[in-house]
Amino acid sequence: MTTLTLVRQIKAPPSIVFEALTTPQGIANWWGPDAGPVLLAETDVRVGGRYKVRFRRLNGDEHECTGEYLEVEAPKRLVMNWQWTSGGEPAEKGNLSRLSFDLRPIEGGTELTLTHAQLMTEASRNSHGQGWTGALDKLMKHFS
Amino acid sequence: MVNYRADQLDRIFAALVDSTRRAVLARLEREKSASVSDLARPFVIKLPAVMKHLDVLEEAGLITRSKKGRTVTVQLRPDPLQAAMEWLSHYQRFWSTSLDRLAIYAEGKEAEARRKKR
Repeated sequence: MTTLTLVRQIKAPPSIVFEALTTPQGIANWWGPDAGPVLLAETDVRVGGRYKVRFRRLNGDEHECTGEYLEVEAPKRLVMNWQWTSGGEPAEKGNLSRLSFDLRPIEGGTELTLTHAQLMTEASRNSHGQGWTGALDKLMKHFS
Repeated sequence: MVNYRADQLDRIFAALVDSTRRAVLARLEREKSASVSDLARPFVIKLPAVMKHLDVLEEAGLITRSKKGRTVTVQLRPDPLQAAMEWLSHYQRFWSTSLDRLAIYAEGKEAEARRKKR
């Protein structure tokens, strides 16, 4: 399993961090790979509830991710699946990855651990070079 | 077939765990291609053990082997590994920036809450 893990220490209690992670107003303030705006944030924070976030990058590209909450344990743990969508339809053949946030109270604030697993499911989004799929196609041909 | 890429990425990272296999890849990166017996020479392990390592690397899509007469030549395939690394760094950037902003936002909210308490 390929997994990205990031840890941050934040000078705010877990309750405030959890709120920032789960409310549309909170999400609108931080979600995205650069300083571009969040255009839409919807959350239904309960197990089985869904979220949707659309954001615009500084280069003008718009992206949307959506998924379902799998574990909700305020203010300690939040697990959701993750999928890129395009115009409401799943991109990537509906492949999902899994995103989790774990919050641990520490002196003066919160230690947040983010884990994003199964990153390769978005591999076909790779727009430059021949990408993963191309490399494997070539490999398959090589041995057929 | 949908999960094939996922399996493949798992295989890549599993292949890279072993130091002998990393040494083989490093050498192939320098020399572009080498015969199996050339590759086996620096290692104390026996040829069949080297062949097993090459099987793992080939299944992960990291090398190719071609046979000409009695010589098997091994070549590096850098593309899959590069694609895997690109994805990791892509998400690293995405989340690193997001979490920086999340921290600023949450810390601002906390400061606000403290002011209200006073």
